[in-house]
Amino acid sequence: MMTPQQLSDFASKICPMHVIIDASGKITSAGPTLRKLRPELEWDGADFFAVFTMSRPRWVRTVKDMLSSAGAKLHMNFDSEPQTGLKAVLAPLPDGGGFLNMSFGISVLEAVQDYDLTSADFSPTDLTIEMLYLVEAKSAAMEASRQLNMRLQGAKIAAEEQAFTDTLTGLKNRRAMDHVLARMIAAGREFALMHVDLDFFKQVNDTMGHAAGDAVLQRVAQVLVECTRDADTAVRVGGDEFILLLDGLTDPSKLENIANRLIQKLEQPIPFEGKMCQISASAGTTLAKGAPPRDAATLIHEADLALYAAKNAGRGRHLFYQPHMEMAG
Amino acid sequence: MHGLINKAIQAFVTDTYGADRWRSVMDLAGLGFVEFEAMLIYPDDQSHKVLSAMETVLERPLVEMLEDMGTFLVSNPQAEALRRLLRFGGVDYVEFLYSLDDLPDRARLAVSDLHLPALELIEQGPGQFELICAPGLPGFSNVMMGILRAMADDYGDLVILDHAGQRDGADIIAVTHVESQFAEGRSFSLGAHSL
Repeated sequence: MMTPQQLSDFASKICPMHVIIDASGKITSAGPTLRKLRPELEWDGADFFAVFTMSRPRWVRTVKDMLSSAGAKLHMNFDSEPQTGLKAVLAPLPDGGGFLNMSFGISVLEAVQDYDLTSADFSPTDLTIEMLYLVEAKSAAMEASRQLNMRLQGAKIAAEEQAFTDTLTGLKNRRAMDHVLARMIAAGREFALMHVDLDFFKQVNDTMGHAAGDAVLQRVAQVLVECTRDADTAVRVGGDEFILLLDGLTDPSKLENIANRLIQKLEQPIPFEGKMCQISASAGTTLAKGAPPRDAATLIHEADLALYAAKNAGRGRHLFYQPHMEMAG
Repeated sequence: MHGLINKAIQAFVTDTYGADRWRSVMDLAGLGFVEFEAMLIYPDDQSHKVLSAMETVLERPLVEMLEDMGTFLVSNPQAEALRRLLRFGGVDYVEFLYSLDDLPDRARLAVSDLHLPALELIEQGPGQFELICAPGLPGFSNVMMGILRAMADDYGDLVILDHAGQRDGADIIAVTHVESQFAEGRSFSLGAHSL
């Protein structure tokens, strides 16, 4: 038969986190790792429930309850800070006491930091070190994957950005306009849709070449951006056709001003390789306000009618859409 | 070859020779990109092109550079995660050597598609070991040589390492463990990693 001291020595080797209590709940032996967690504590003879607080199962309140819990999974904390959580299982001893083997459970990640534990503090058969290894290895792999995801996300945004942009002018393209327009209509915004068409652009292209045409288009884009606010959307919808979406702006006199300034600026000769390119522009505007709300196709159609009325009235002009234009068209 | 290996090569060259030289290496290799992604898989021949471009651009024998890369992987702060994972292998250098048998399995636990050649440690006598590096990843034994050297410094132990030829296509590294705690090693605490 083993003496209590022999049992304690034996247990310290294979269960560095064991506690042996006698029938009255006094601690008679504690493993070296457990002692390391509370180095100041006088373990031998201490009252078990003065050191630990049982959290589950709830019915375990006394030493007697605990001694009859044999085989059940016990959850407890240290009574003092840090209140590290512990798991334990108890096996009764012939003398009426009990043998508890403990482990950190999931709290081990904090425990190794709080108490500066090393491999030597765990039994060689304990899988804790492997678990810590795995946690670190998986965190490192996860971090690498997370970074890859972020770069892919960035690339996706850049690709979408490009797909919404007219590469020659840097303005938004037709696809982008469909999105913006649909969103503004769905949100019930009041806004103006201005269709701008260049006059004499074909002549520049035909007589001075495509490079000159491209330079003109880039200058036009610049003017459109200058004459509008950041909240507005400037779109190149076709070869020499542009649409402006002017958010929250439905005052006809202000719009008339913007259109006139735009046309005036576009009529200023554009230098290209020592020669001057002369163009002008016509514009038609419709206002998205009042009931019933019209859909995107209707608004674009109305601005078109206004634009062609302006062209017929002698180019370099701006007109607002009027219902009678439908008949004329 | 796994992106982690390619990325390790990139990190080593960029850190040691600079980003410009790495760009020159990748230009010569002609893969059409400059940066490897750690978590993607690349065809083996792309890695081989990079390694031979390194020899040309950096004008050093490949085996030397691979050994330096092994040292870099343990001693550079960028690769601290890897050093820590290796230190989990053992509380002292000899235990670490024995843990190398499990290295490919440990690597696979962390990243399931990372395959490393098998390693086997054979004790010849007290302090005398042979590490057998199975074939499958050309140059792996050179990288391992650098890792073994740097890990000895990490533990503060004195070792002598030598290439001891080949057996059945496997490269053999002879390890003589001269002295433990020869110098002050670097500290390792289980909980140093902040999660």
